[in-house]
Amino acid sequence: MMKISAAVLVVTALLGACSPAPQGVSVHDPYEVQNRRVHAFNKSVSDTFSGAGAGAGGGSGDAVPTELTDRVVNFGDNVSLPGMVLNGLLQGDLDGAVTNSVRFAINTTVGLLGLFDPADAMGVTEQETDFGETLAVWGVPEGAYLELPLFGPSTERALAGRIVDMLIDPLDSVGTKEQIEYGTVGKLAARVIKVTQAGDTIDSVLNDSADSYTQLRLIYLQNRRFELGTTPPEDAVDPYDDIFGDQ
Amino acid sequence: MTLMTRRALMAGAAAVAFPMPSFALSAPAAQELVTRLVADVNTVISSGKSEAGMVADFANILNRHADVPTIARYCLGADARAASASQMAAYTPAFANYIATKYGRRFREFIGGEITVQGALPVKSWIEVETTVLLRGRSPLRMDWHVSDRSGKHVFFNFIIEGVNMLLTERAEVGAMLDRQRGDLDMLTAEMRAV
Repeated sequence: MMKISAAVLVVTALLGACSPAPQGVSVHDPYEVQNRRVHAFNKSVSDTFSGAGAGAGGGSGDAVPTELTDRVVNFGDNVSLPGMVLNGLLQGDLDGAVTNSVRFAINTTVGLLGLFDPADAMGVTEQETDFGETLAVWGVPEGAYLELPLFGPSTERALAGRIVDMLIDPLDSVGTKEQIEYGTVGKLAARVIKVTQAGDTIDSVLNDSADSYTQLRLIYLQNRRFELGTTPPEDAVDPYDDIFGDQ
Repeated sequence: MTLMTRRALMAGAAAVAFPMPSFALSAPAAQELVTRLVADVNTVISSGKSEAGMVADFANILNRHADVPTIARYCLGADARAASASQMAAYTPAFANYIATKYGRRFREFIGGEITVQGALPVKSWIEVETTVLLRGRSPLRMDWHVSDRSGKHVFFNFIIEGVNMLLTERAEVGAMLDRQRGDLDMLTAEMRAV
């Protein structure tokens, strides 16, 4: 009960701050000065991990055998499913909720507590979602862009969602003892591994861009809106309009 | 004068007198273009070439299947209007080199994977061709290609990977690069040629 009231508090506090974006502007970044400071910090952390990684530069994911990382990613992904089921239900996405439930049941049992992913081979793939998406479905505006220390790009709405997902996790009632015990660590480890695997792309954005803050913000917002199905129609640009002047 | 040259001359004169309408934009033609393009890309990513070799191959693909002048001009934004013809003539191939290098490196991450064409449908004034990038051990990526015949033939002018729009993203980046060169287009061209 405590957790639910805390979650309600988080949502109301953060969403009160969720200012609707002005029309026609696809980036709403009133905290840019602060965000850029955090970005500089995140970049230095990323440099430390990828650059000083004793020659592992770029391919640091190769250092750990994939046989091991795959198990960790599978376990972490699997314990995230109950939360996704709950969010699917809250969004009225019954199909997604059923698919994720079936997936959780298969991988927890046949997949040995989620260390393996037999569901994937059966075509029961993860229908990724979170409470940030639930808020989007409920009509809450995206709010301002945020760059969070270590976690990276986000928005006010996505941050509220992330906190609520942490506070209310149905895994606590449906998971096995091991899953509940190692769930949080597993999710975090899976996340770190995925970021490392995407390392080359992220490194090249961070290190090769003339303005890596702007690039990261643009890439994150476009990708997040694509996942939520909220890409603004004006993003479909027609370069021939510009050239021939026949708007 | 041989028959051939006279015929060619007359065709040329006719073309000047009555400009031919460009070939009609069609979804099957656009899909065919992307199918050829994707086959080329798949050949490159399975070729096992060095990074430099792959980048050269991607530059070829870009020149063959993309409307490079339009992409280059769009990414430069309003500054393109102030540029002279000779500045644009130098900037455009330098931009192509920049794009081929940057995305050539990214495409290297697709090694071991494959791109497949899903279908095509008209959007606004162009055709959107949807493809799927299948990667080993990761969820598939959606990649859309925007194809137009405004340059005279079916070529792509934009691609969108998981919602990330190349034209919008590169317009911001090229703008930042130009700012870093204090708005000097010739310096930007030199920088892009050297990447």
